[in-house]
Amino acid sequence: MAGGAKPEFIVIGAGEAGARAAMALRENGFAGKVTILGDEAHRPYERPPLSKAALTDADEPQAAFILTPDRLDEHGIAHRANAPVTTIDRAAHEVHLETGERLRYDRLLIATGARARKLALPGATPESVHYLRTFEEARALRSRLTPGSHIAIIGGGFIGLELAASARARGAEVTLIELAPRLLARAVPAAIAGVIAARHEAAGVRLLLGTGIERIEAVGERHAIVLSTGERIVCDGIFAGIGAVAETALAERAGLAIENGIAVDERLATTDPDIFAAGDCCSFPHALYGGRRLRLEAWRNAQDQGNAAAKAMLGGSDAYDAVPWFWSDQYDLTLQIAGLADEGSETVTRDLGDGARLDFHLAADGRLVAASAVGPNGKIAREVRLAEMLIAKRAMPDKAALADVSVKLKGLLAG
Amino acid sequence: MNTAATNWIAACDADEIDEEDVMRFDHDGRTYAIYRSPDDEYFATDGLCTHEQIHLADGLVMDHIIECPKHNGRFDYRTGQAKGAPVCVNLKTYPVKLDGGKVFLGLA
Ligand SMILES: Cc1cc2nc3c(=O)[nH]c(=O)nc-3n(C[C@H](O)[C@H](O)[C@H](O)COP(=O)(O)OP(=O)(O)OC[C@H]3O[C@@H](n4cnc5c(N)ncnc54)[C@H](O)[C@@H]3O)c2cc1C
Ligand code: FES
Repeated sequence: MAGGAKPEFIVIGAGEAGARAAMALRENGFAGKVTILGDEAHRPYERPPLSKAALTDADEPQAAFILTPDRLDEHGIAHRANAPVTTIDRAAHEVHLETGERLRYDRLLIATGARARKLALPGATPESVHYLRTFEEARALRSRLTPGSHIAIIGGGFIGLELAASARARGAEVTLIELAPRLLARAVPAAIAGVIAARHEAAGVRLLLGTGIERIEAVGERHAIVLSTGERIVCDGIFAGIGAVAETALAERAGLAIENGIAVDERLATTDPDIFAAGDCCSFPHALYGGRRLRLEAWRNAQDQGNAAAKAMLGGSDAYDAVPWFWSDQYDLTLQIAGLADEGSETVTRDLGDGARLDFHLAADGRLVAASAVGPNGKIAREVRLAEMLIAKRAMPDKAALADVSVKLKGLLAG
Repeated sequence: MNTAATNWIAACDADEIDEEDVMRFDHDGRTYAIYRSPDDEYFATDGLCTHEQIHLADGLVMDHIIECPKHNGRFDYRTGQAKGAPVCVNLKTYPVKLDGGKVFLGLA
């Protein structure tokens, strides 16, 4: 860092990772200048409620802000809204804003997140197909979820499924179209996906699995989805939840390495030692899984990496190795996943009662690499948390003990 | 707290809660969480997380921390102090006493 003047750290992206990193800089004793530059009109807010409470609450939703103005002031963190960064000038150590303003940095964190992947289909236009990533989009979506309206959701991933559950809660008719033969094919085991599919059908969602789409057509004020089977689904709103794309444009233009996201090393440093990246926008090697490069789109990862990036920006050398963890809420069901299920070659199931189940995923050498569970949150959460700790310890628990609900996981942890 | 006005409510038997564990207790339309620490002391807090309204008694107790079962927000259950994101509002705590093998909660 340049000597003399007070060091200046800039965070690009006022989201979960950026907000956490800014706070963590202070928590770790950084006394220099901290500025968060965000392109949205708001202070950082939580996105998970956008497909849940923001759609289902009786009252008009408020954004769930992560930081109050008081907390920002108290910690001497400057946040600028409506301030998209257009360029990173690495040689000059400056970022450029849309206004032409230039801001100097000693160290920079890129926490630009991801954006909804756009549907590439004939007839898919901004008027016909909607997406869900921002508070404004949630509010617009909410206004369409009226009793008796018919909503079509393209994509049976987490956001599409949460949206389906929320739309049913508001009395809208829902058709969900998924190209793959089952839901959540990459994310969860078939048995768990089956529980979720059954719950949606019980709630009255029409699930069309293994179904392709030809095109979208305007039908007066409404739209129709033409399926590859020839069927036309006429509806009042079409939403696509077909994944997210890492927001890498800035980093790419600045010449930083990109590998399915902004490529960082195990301390979250990019190929420029003064620039770091965290959250949905970055891919990183995971120490727990043999250095496998991952990009996660998960709320806790964004927070954990925000914390880790702050330490690395202050010179820390710890490798980021938090166990990946994800949750989703649909109706009265919660799904939680710790670790990477696809690293496992064998599954052991623990029946938690009340229809709740926990699948442990073990690698060929017997190591516990992941746990996935579905059921009422109160039934599964503690067990998944303990499984997560076993995963972090690289434990090789006894299979019979894992399957036996009378064996306390806390006991296995001590062993 | 004005202890003179404390109203002691019998909540449960002391051995109903394992060491390093938590139990839910509902009383008069409110919900509380009662903890037994690894060093065999008892504590009580409000029963719902301050992030979203989730029952903490479904969470995991480790040492003197209760971890929320929803998004793993953490509190020190002895003081109610929120220990970091996503929780930033502290939990209200209540005095606890043991008498004749029973746990009593001091409610104002
Ligand atoms: C509807 C929805 C529901 C979700 N539900 C869950 C869930 O149940 N469980 C779970 O684990 N995860 C969930 N997630 C994922 C979770 O919200 C994300 O993983 C998390 O928000 C990622 O944080 P981030 O800081 O990396 O990115 P973001 O929160 O996306 O923040 C990035 C910010 O950077 C801004 N930005 C981008 N480019 C620039 C630029 N050039 N200049 C300035 N600012 C810029 C963006 O506009 C954005 O505000 C959900 C996400 C969505 C959208
Ligand atoms: S509800 Fe407790 S941490 Fe979110």
